[in-house]
Order: sequence, then C-alpha cells, then structure tokens
Amino acid sequence: MHPAYSVILFTTASGAGYGLLALLGLTGMSHGQASSIAFGVAAMIVSLGLITAGLLSSTFHLGHPERAWRALSQWRTSWLSREGVVAVLAFGPALFFGLVWSGLLEAPTLIAPLGALSVVLAVITVFCTGKIYSSLATIRAWNNGLTVPVYLVFGLSTGASLLAALTALFGNLPAFLVYLSCLLLALTLALKLAYWRSIDSAPRTHTIEAATGLGRIGRVSQWEVPHTSANYVQTEMGYAVARKHARKLRRLVVLALCLAIGLMLAALVAPLAAVLAALVALVAAVVERWLFFAEAQHVVTLFYGARAA
Amino acid sequence: MTEPFVNTSPRTWDEVKTTTCYMCACRCGIRVHLKDGRVTYIDGNPAHPVNKGVICGKGAAGIMQHYSPARLSKPLLRVGERGSGDFREIEWEEALGLATQWLSEVRAKDPRKLAFFTGRDQSQGLTGWWATQFGTPNYAAHGGFCSVNMAAAGLYTFGGSFWEFGEPDWKHTRYFMLFGVAEDHASNPIKKALGQLKERGAKIVSINPIRTGYSAIADEWIGIRPGTDGLFVGALIHEIVSAQRIDGDYLLRYTNSPWLIIENPGGEDDGLFARNAQGSALIWDGHSSSPMPALSPDAAPKLMGRYKLPDGRRVVTAFTLIAERFLEPEWAPENIAARCGVPAETIRRIAAELVRTAFEEEIALDVPWTDHLGRYHEKMIGRPVSMHAMRGISAHSNGFQTCRTIHLLQILLGTIDVPGGFRYKPPFPKPAPPGVKPAGKPGQVKPNTPLPGPPLGFVAAPADLLVDAEGRPQRIDKAYSWDAPLAAHGLMHMVITNAAKKDPYGIDVLFMYMANMSWNSAMNVPDTIGYLTQKEPDGSYTIPKIIYSDAYASEMVHYADLILPDTTYLERWDCVSLLDRPISEADGPADSIRQPVTEPDRDVRPFQTVLLDIGARLGLPGMTRNDGSPRYPGGYPDYIVNHERAPGIGPLAGFRGANGRAQGRGAPNPDQLQAYIANGCHWFHELPDHMKYYRHVNWAYLDWATFFGFIARPDPVIHQLYCEPLQKFRLAARGHGSIVPPAGHRQRIADHFDPIPFWYAPFEGELVAAEQYPLHAVTQRPMAMYHSWGSQNAWLRQILGRNWLYMARELAARHGIADDDWVTVTSHHGRIKAQARLMDGVNPETVWTWNAIGKRSGAWNLAPGADESKQGFLLNHLISELLPEREGGYRYSNSDPVTGQAAWYDLRVRIEKAGDQQPASEPQFAALKTLAGAS
Amino acid sequence: MTSLPSPSAKKLGLVIDLDTCVGCQACATSCKEWNTQGYSAPLNDVNAYGSNPSGTWLNRIHGYEVEEAGQAQRRIVNFPRSCLHCEEPACVTVCPTGASYKRAEDGIVLVNPETCIGCKLCSWACPYGAREYDQNDGVMKKCTLCVDRIYNDNLEPDDRLPACVKACPTGARHFGDLGDPDSAVSQLVAERGGYDLLPEMGYKPVNKYLPPRPRRDGATSRPEALPKPDGSAFDRLFAWADRLLSTGKTPARAADIDNSGKLEG
Repeated sequence: MHPAYSVILFTTASGAGYGLLALLGLTGMSHGQASSIAFGVAAMIVSLGLITAGLLSSTFHLGHPERAWRALSQWRTSWLSREGVVAVLAFGPALFFGLVWSGLLEAPTLIAPLGALSVVLAVITVFCTGKIYSSLATIRAWNNGLTVPVYLVFGLSTGASLLAALTALFGNLPAFLVYLSCLLLALTLALKLAYWRSIDSAPRTHTIEAATGLGRIGRVSQWEVPHTSANYVQTEMGYAVARKHARKLRRLVVLALCLAIGLMLAALVAPLAAVLAALVALVAAVVERWLFFAEAQHVVTLFYGARAA
Repeated sequence: MTEPFVNTSPRTWDEVKTTTCYMCACRCGIRVHLKDGRVTYIDGNPAHPVNKGVICGKGAAGIMQHYSPARLSKPLLRVGERGSGDFREIEWEEALGLATQWLSEVRAKDPRKLAFFTGRDQSQGLTGWWATQFGTPNYAAHGGFCSVNMAAAGLYTFGGSFWEFGEPDWKHTRYFMLFGVAEDHASNPIKKALGQLKERGAKIVSINPIRTGYSAIADEWIGIRPGTDGLFVGALIHEIVSAQRIDGDYLLRYTNSPWLIIENPGGEDDGLFARNAQGSALIWDGHSSSPMPALSPDAAPKLMGRYKLPDGRRVVTAFTLIAERFLEPEWAPENIAARCGVPAETIRRIAAELVRTAFEEEIALDVPWTDHLGRYHEKMIGRPVSMHAMRGISAHSNGFQTCRTIHLLQILLGTIDVPGGFRYKPPFPKPAPPGVKPAGKPGQVKPNTPLPGPPLGFVAAPADLLVDAEGRPQRIDKAYSWDAPLAAHGLMHMVITNAAKKDPYGIDVLFMYMANMSWNSAMNVPDTIGYLTQKEPDGSYTIPKIIYSDAYASEMVHYADLILPDTTYLERWDCVSLLDRPISEADGPADSIRQPVTEPDRDVRPFQTVLLDIGARLGLPGMTRNDGSPRYPGGYPDYIVNHERAPGIGPLAGFRGANGRAQGRGAPNPDQLQAYIANGCHWFHELPDHMKYYRHVNWAYLDWATFFGFIARPDPVIHQLYCEPLQKFRLAARGHGSIVPPAGHRQRIADHFDPIPFWYAPFEGELVAAEQYPLHAVTQRPMAMYHSWGSQNAWLRQILGRNWLYMARELAARHGIADDDWVTVTSHHGRIKAQARLMDGVNPETVWTWNAIGKRSGAWNLAPGADESKQGFLLNHLISELLPEREGGYRYSNSDPVTGQAAWYDLRVRIEKAGDQQPASEPQFAALKTLAGAS
Repeated sequence: MTSLPSPSAKKLGLVIDLDTCVGCQACATSCKEWNTQGYSAPLNDVNAYGSNPSGTWLNRIHGYEVEEAGQAQRRIVNFPRSCLHCEEPACVTVCPTGASYKRAEDGIVLVNPETCIGCKLCSWACPYGAREYDQNDGVMKKCTLCVDRIYNDNLEPDDRLPACVKACPTGARHFGDLGDPDSAVSQLVAERGGYDLLPEMGYKPVNKYLPPRPRRDGATSRPEALPKPDGSAFDRLFAWADRLLSTGKTPARAADIDNSGKLEG
C-alpha cells in the first residue's frame, strides 16, 4: 500500500494525542486537578493539538475536504465513519475536561467523570482507527488480530512518553510515570514484534490463480500489463517496499523503541532525557506506521502479477 | 434511506451523424454523436455491412484522434534547413500557387520528374487518376510495402485475393487457417468472424511465430519460423496429393490443371500453354483421345498425362507438373519439419484434418446454379475449409510464391468461392490476372500530356514491362522493371533512396500524402533522413522539392518544403469506392462515404479537394472544362458524384441515375450523397443466393458483374494453378523473345519466376552469415494502434506508450538475459538497444516487438522525452532497403523479386545483453522542433 | 446508504468469455469514451501527451500466460477486468459518506460523485482493482454498468447495452440478469462453467468469467495422418486421376485403384 504521509501523520499524531488524553484523563481521575494551570494548559494543548493536527492532516488526502462532514453519516457500517463520529464526540468532553482539570474552570467534581469520559472516547477513537485497517479483508497484513492492539498501544506509549516529557519540562517527573512509559514502550515493542512475526508467517492464501480463475488450467503469470504506465491501482495499492529496506526499517523501529526506553530510564537521573525519549518514540511510531503501509500487500496486486497475497 | 437520483436517460448528444471510420483500413460504419458541434461519442453503426455495430479499440478512441493536439492548422512553407522544423505559416492561395508552379514546371519539362506517392491513401481511385492526367508513371500508394505479394499472388492465381478482395465463408467454414495477419487493420470483420467460429465450434489454426491476439484464442498455434510458411504449406500439399485426397472435379472444371503445357526444353515455347489457332488453351479429351479447347462443354479432360499433339508438339497437363513437384520427397513433412520448426506429425495431422473437414463435412446448399459452360448444378457443393493470410506471408522476399502455394492448397481442396471456403468479394473475381496494363513505357510519358492509361496495372508478359530498350527501369521505384516485374502496387519504399541516388534518374518534385517516410514507414531510417537532406555540390537538395500533405505533425512533416494540412477523417467527404479498395461483403458489393460531421476549426483543407484544385490550376484535362474552368468546382464531393470512369460508372455504385434508383451503372445523380447519408453513408447490394458462390464460373453472376462494369466480358475466371505469365518471364531470362532481361538480371528471373509455386529461402538470411545473425526479428501489429497514428492519441498511448523486445525464455536464458534487461539487437545493417521481455508463445529463434510504437522525440506534438521516444524503439533502423551487393556490385531492393514487395520480415539479427543498462532505447535522434503549425 | 439493500432479485452483470477475448481494447476505449461524457464524467487523463501518461479507466485488459497440462508452452489469455458488482461489496460498506451504494433495484454498484469525499477507502476494500480515483475530480470512479445506457429512453432498444458489450467485436462480453436462472447469461454460465474471481473472499461477484476452452492441437487431438500406400505415389495419383474421368466423381479412395499409370502419346 502506498504510504501516504498525510495518513501516517494523522494516525501517529492523533494516536499520540489520544494516548496522552487518555493518560491525562486517568491522571485527573486519580489525582484531581493538574499540578499547575500552566502544566495543565500545556498538556492539553499538546494533546488536543496533536489530535487536531492529525484530523486536519487526514483531510489533506481527501479529494473533497469540504465534504468531510459527510463522513459522519455512515457509522452503521463504516469504521471510518465511526472514527469520525467518535472523534467529534470526544472533542467536546476532552476540551471541557482540559478546562476543569487545568483549573481554568473551577469545577473539581467534574474532573473525574469528564476524565473518565475522555479516556473512554480516546480509546474508542483509536480503536476505530485500528479497525478501519484491520477490517479490510483485502490486505492480509492489516486484517490481523494484532492491528488494533498495536494501534492502541502505540497511542498509549507515545502518549505516556509525551506526558513524561511534559512533566519533566515542568520539573515534576514522577518515577511512576517513567516506569509506566517504559512498560508501555516495551509492550509496544513486544506487540509489534509479535505482529511482524504474525504477518511474516501468515500463509498467503489468495493466489493469482484464484484471482484470475485460470488456476483451473494451470499456473498463471502476468504477461502484459493493461497499460504501459502505472495507473492509480498500481501506485496506490501496488506499492511495495524492498524486503531489505523493510528489514532495515524494522530494525530502526526496534532500536528507536529500545532507545526510547533507555532514555526514559535515564530520565530517572536526568529528567529532561524524557523529552528525548518522547521524540524518539514518536520517530519510532512514524517509521512503524510507514512500514505498516509499505509492507502491506493488497490482493489486487495478484492481477498485476503477484503470485500470492 | 433513499438512493440518490440517477438520470438513467441522459441525452448527451444533440445530433448523431453516420460516417466511415478511418482509424484503420477496415472502414467500418460509425455513428458520431455531437453536442453543440463537438464530437462526444463514436460507436459502431449496426446497419453497416462491415462491422454490423461493433467498434474496435481504435475506432472508439477516434474522438481523441480528431481532437489531437498534433493536428496541423495552417499551410507551412519551410524557411530553415530540412529537418530544422523552421517553417513559415502561409495562406492557402500562396501554398496552392507554389504547388502549381512547381508541378507545372515538371509537367512541361518531363512529367516523370514528379514522384507522387500516397501512403495510406483511401482515395486511390482519385489519386491514381490524377497521376494519369498529370502524365507521370511515378505513382503508387503504400501497397508495395504492405500487401502486394498477397494481392498479386491472388489476382494472378484466381482473380481475387486475401484481405479486401475476399474473405472466408464465416457462416459455414469448419476449419480456418490464419497465417500472420496484421491485427491492427484486419480488425472488426475478422474479430466478429472469430467470435462466430468459436460459437459454432469451428477449428481455428493460427500459423504465426507469435502467439498473441488472434493466435492466443486459436485452437491450435503453429509457432512457425518466419519465412518458412511456404515449406509448411507445401508439405501439406505433399500429404494430400500423395493420398489423392484432393477435389478432382473442381480441378478439372474450374482450374487450369488439365490445360496442356508444351514440353520443349530449350525452345521458345517451352512451358507455355498449347493453344489452338483461335488462341484457346487446350486440354486432352479422354473420350476422343485428342486435344480440345479448354472450355469445351462436352470434353472429358484428362487431369494428368503426357501427350503428343497432332502437330507433333509434346505436352503435359499442368496438374502433372504440379504433382511431380509436390510429390518429391523434399516436400515430405519429415524433410520440412526442422526448417520450419513444425513437427512432422503436426503437419501430417493438419493435412488429415483438412482433408477430413473438406470432404467428410462437405456442405450441399440447396441452391441450383448454372456454370460457365451452361452445366446445371442442383446444389452448391461446399468444402468448409478456409484460409486467410496477410503480412506474415506478404512481407518476405518469398511471399509471392508462398502465397501462391497457399492458394494452391486452397484450390486443391476445392475451396475457392464454395460454401465454407474462401469467398470473393465483388467486384472480384476479375480475370487472372486483370487485364489493365501499367502505362509509362518509353514514349508514353510526354510533356503536358496525360498517360495513355493508369500507372498501375498487371503485366502478363515481358512486353508489358516499363523498361527501355536496354532494359532500364522507367519508374523511379523501378516497378515493372526486371527488378520487380509484377509490381502491381509499386515500390514506395524505394522512392526516396532511388531519387537520392538518381538511380534510375533524379526527380524534381516528391509529392506525398499520409506516409511517414522519414520514420516508421521507411526501411533504414537514418539513411532515409540522409537522403531527404542530401545536397548537391551547388548546395541545393538532391530531391529539390518535397510537397507533403498530412493532418498531423508526423516525423515526415519536418522533411518537407511545403505542407498542405489535411482535415481529420470527421471533417471531410470521402468515398470508399469499388474502383479502389472496396469494402464489399462476400454476399454482395458495398461502398460507402465519409461526410463531414463537424467543420474544421483550423485553416486546413481536405487533401482530395486540394488535389482537384491543383489539377484544375494545372489545367489537367479531366479536371478542367473546355473553357479552362475547374470541372469539379465543388471539390471532392463534386467529383464523387459527377465523375464518370466509364459511361454510367462513377466512384459510387449506389443511388445512381436521375431517380437515384440505379445501381452499379447509371447517370450521375446530383442527390447521390444525400441518398447515401439517408442510408447511413453506405450502400450494399445483396446478391441473390444463386450468385453467392462459384462466381468465377457462375454464369448468372458473370453476366451481372459485366453489367455492373466489374468485368469487361462474362468470361469465367479459370484458376491459374500454373501461372503462364511467370513462364514468359522465365523464357525471356533464357533469352527467348525480343524483350529479354539484361544479363545481370537473368539468373534471378529464371530462378524465381517459376510458374508452379515453390519455396526459396528469404534473401537476407541467405546473404548474411547465419552464425552471425541467427535470429529472426519481426513486428506484430498491436490491435489498439494503427501504424504511427496511435501515439498522438491520449487514450491509445496509455495502453501502449512504449514497446519491449519480446523473446522466448529459452533464447533469453542462452544469452543470460532476464526480464527487463536492456539488450542490443544487431543486423547486418544496424544496431539498436531495447528492453527485453520474456515469454513462451514465440518461435524460439525469433524476437519481436510491437510495430511503430517508437517515436522521434518532438514529433506528433508529444512532450520531449515521452515514453515513445525514450524507451520506445523501431526495428526499422535494422532493416536495409537494399540487399547486400551481389555479382557486379548491383544492389537489389530488399524486396520480393517478383512483385517488389518490401521484405520487412526477412530481417536477421543477433542479440546481446547491453553493456549499458541505462534505461533508454538507442539510437536516439535529435529532438524535432514542435511545429509552430500544430495547434 | 452504505448498508446494503436486501438482495435484489435482479442482478445485472457481465459474463466475459476468456476463450474468445482477443485483447483488442475495444471494451476499454468504448467504456472510456461513453463514460467520459456520461454518469460521473469526465474520466480524466494525466500527462496525456507527456511521459508516463495515465488516466481513469473503468475497464482494463490484462494478458496472462497460463501453463497447461500436456502443453510445452504456456498459452496467453486476455483478461478484461472491471467492477464485478458484487453481492457483498465491502467497497460499499466501508464508505463513510454513503456515496458508494448498491442499487436495490438491480444490484448495480455506483458512486455518487456529488457526495464522494475521495477518501479512497473503497478502493482499498475492493480486491478486484475496480475502483479508480480520479485525481482531477477528487472522487472515485467505477464501472456503472452503463446505468445511463441500459435504461436510456433516448437510445434505440438495441443500443441499451453497456458500451463495452456493444463494442466488443468478438462477442466475448455478454450482459444480462444473472439473478434470473433462465436468462441467456445465466444459461451461458451454466453451460460453460462460468466462475467467480476470488470466491474465497466472499464478495460474491455477480459478473462471471467463462474459462478458455481446452486447445485442440497435438496434445489434445487424436493423432491422425493420411494413408501412405506403398509404391510410387505418382503412379497411384495417376491412376486416381485417370479414374476421375471415368466416374466423373471425386474423391475416390486410393486403396482400391489398380495402378496402371501409362502415359499416352
């Protein structure tokens, strides 16, 4: 699949933003109001900023962004529509939560319920994002039980890293948050490795013989493409990354996640290392997401000569 | 939820006009849909006899051809050097004045110094007549590099031919053999027919080195080695003759098989038909044991035997000689197999299948008819075996004899114009060969005087040749000389070379229409460009003036001096005439017109109208009235309606006479074009059932055809299995007669003018070292492109924007070549670089590519560096228009020695993986300037 | 909208005969031509006269090589590919806007160009590559089964066919109601063993493909050859020719002819 930067940016940024939001909601539920208005405002700006930037970026790849509102209508069948609906639904409570949690609005009793609501909606939004991909039977690498967990855990781990970085910048990084971030980053790494193992070992059940139906005669191979220049289907769905290159990038993701964990642990002694850790974790998320697309083979490639998908 | 409203009855047009397609040479009927004067949609006309409603990939893309940005928009006059692309836009008056001035100078001095060649012309009825009126013999269209081997072999054998002059009986045939057709313009009729054959379960056998397109759906594919089809067919003949499974009745009645041939070795009449005092050929009557005229109704001719005539001459029947040849063991399948790459058991099986289908699946239509001798036949007996062949046979230097071999096979099986066989399309059959002779002998070409006859015709004896007393060619292309005696269509591929070499003489004006002679229509492109730009010591061009008419900015436009921009096919009148290349069906004659469905938005004029205008300005007799005014002031449509070739016979056969009801023959009808338009722009006359078969000998048909002016007399067209005209040339080569070939030509004539079909190896393969050039290289015609025209078409060039060099996997493996490697292809003449693609369905000794995809950068208004020029390539650069030097240093053209047909497919090459894997084809030519005149 | 309607009785679709398709591109250009001025027009082109020209096409023709049992060489099969108007079209259900829908009346799958936001998700959901994004218009385009032809009152009844079907010179494309077991197309599918593409994906395509028939060549036909009698072939032929005259009938079998080929004169 063609790795479109708008979509990569959208899913990583909004994932981190929702992860951060969920953790802030949990913080509000457990600790009440933010330690300072400045910290509260900064954290909410980062969270909602990433979510907003992500959502805006997602409209960049639309042919008709001005019609984006229509995407809210088909929640009965479409995970994309559901994602849009939940994202819109989440925005109000999240903003309200930010106002009361940061102390801009004095309503301590609302912090916990709004926090809880934000947590739930943030998680559902990322869940929907994951489902958009995992529900596509046409793409084996996405149509996988680990797709949604990976989306969720990436959101949480990058969100936690961002929270750690923010608290460090405000000089009050708790050790607990370091351990939580490390745990989530490690879980991310574990799930991603499991995901890769899963997609690498999953049998390619669809064949060029079944796609063309010519398997009833014998083995099939492509002779002539329909048109001599690549068409939309080939550039959008036929994108393929070189195996060697993919391996290199996978190693980069693993290294970046390990580095993020290391840096996060270093924050125990030098708190500002958490900022670096968060940045490295975000880089890992972007590279992972690029690979998520680039490594995914679409069934339609069978018609263009792939043996199996 | 409700579904959105969909307008399921939009009216996307406000007008529909019928006309005739020009996206290839099939000339299907189309319906052009227009909205506010703009073409919006083109589909097939269901009422049209050629395509019956279907349309092909090209035809439906005609809209993009019509709106191509490569269209020329105004007359151009060259101001820079040839090839520089520096032109000045001029007005039509200046253009026509210049053309008239150049041409009138030539006509007043020596009309031969005009070479008028018209490429993919569909108006040869007009252009040939114009040349006649001008007085130059140097006229032809593109047939010489296309199909003249087919046309001549058929016309000299049975008075018809493959392609436009006949077609298989698609409705009844059960076994169809298809030899190498050009799938771009053997389009809808064959496609429709293949679908029909599939539906009926008829067997389709394709003989083609490449298994794409039609071959891909054939029931059996024979991946033959190029140029060896004659061997394959000869082996089939060997088989069926050996087993006596041939149609004896058919041979006796309708062919010259029983005709008596004089056996007088060394004599001047050796090999000629024994004739009586009245000139009639003789047969040996079995009842009386004496010779009788061939067409005696009461005779019982002997098919085989040697006899002594009462006057003492020894004679033999033609069939005896044919049988003696093909019974030779050299024709046995096992002795042929290795050379043509077809296993002997396959040849034997196909021979058996042919025989089984022809004789055990005999058809008998309940249609009584009477033959030329007045014999009444209760039924029309059919043998459902049919064949079709084209470029794959034609484009070899042995193509004429190979095609004759195929016709021999058809006729031995009794399958010409019988139910299930190969059928004539009226106006064919014509006499074999047709009677018209080429004009242009010494003394026939005079200043300011028309030729006494048409420049193209059919020579039947050396006396018909256009040579001087020393045997030198009289035409610029050397057609009808000893180089190419039966050159029925001329040799367009030799004009530029010969003119530049002044061999046989230099010319003053080269006038061409719709022929991309500086690119894909030329053999040897680099040298051709050199000839077009070659200068004399005084700095003038060797070919002093070049006038060119085309609708589009093709590569050729850049090398002309005066450009007359033509319209697109949707902007003009045309007639597809029975006097030219007919669109008839086997069931009856048909012709058609084009009408302008939209007005040009550029300052362009239809070439045919321009030609008539120039003719009138030159004062050509047929084109002016006695007072000097133009005879056809209304241009081409005026000519179409009012021109008469013979009394009552004009370009269009339908809706003639004052009331518009006459067919074939009738006074000009001023409302004729309107009548055509009302009838969907075509006319078709279905023959009654008793005239639909056996027309070469069908009394009723021959009478009718005589009335229609198709033939001069209702004489039967007896199939000339033994081709006496060839023997006359052979006798001349042996020194007999007053017109004999110069010494250097004699052996070649003697060797190739065999009156009985035979096979010889294609010339190029014989002249170059096989170990150096072990492979064959040929092109195939992509169905969605017609010659070079498709690449300017925004849709078609997406389908095929570049080409690859295809080869068999085993061949590639031998050379260490993988898919998409760049390879060099080297011939004795040149070298190209191209990208390889591997496949299975190709003869293992053959490499191939799609025809005419490669473009010169800058041509056709494509962006420089377009795929066609960067990765695309032509095989033309590898092909020499001249054969390597032979004895005496003379270089014959790379053509069939009988007809002069260009031998494109004789090409021999070797391949290597290129050292330079840069993704660009070679050679790359300097980019042409985008023409200012292109809109 | 993107909820699928209850299955329609009428299932309009195409049946494509791979035994007859010569790969001529008539269906592709006719489709492009009609649809660039029909429903959801135009079908745009990019770099139309430059390098890498590409455009929006609703029908594309592939060429495949297929190995065959008993055959030394692979055969080439031409393979037109367009929307199959599936009964379970995920391209419809994933659409977030409702622009993609399956008609309740006849099962045709359409995209409403007025409401499509161009998110491309439907093209990801389609295993058949049937949907092409038009980058000039910013909406998804696909085969409409010429919904604006097949019901078009302004066309002659004989012309109310999808443009590709009407164009197809070999008659390899058939249009009809595959929901009606008695329709000509259903009969054809039954006779010729028409099949679904990627049936295991569960999209239930309506369009069917008819498989190429087995070849009838040396690998599949019974070996046969004409009789090869002993002795001189010429003499036998001569005898046969001689007998032609006496009986006036042809062809005679060689075996029972007495070999007496004597030349006269």
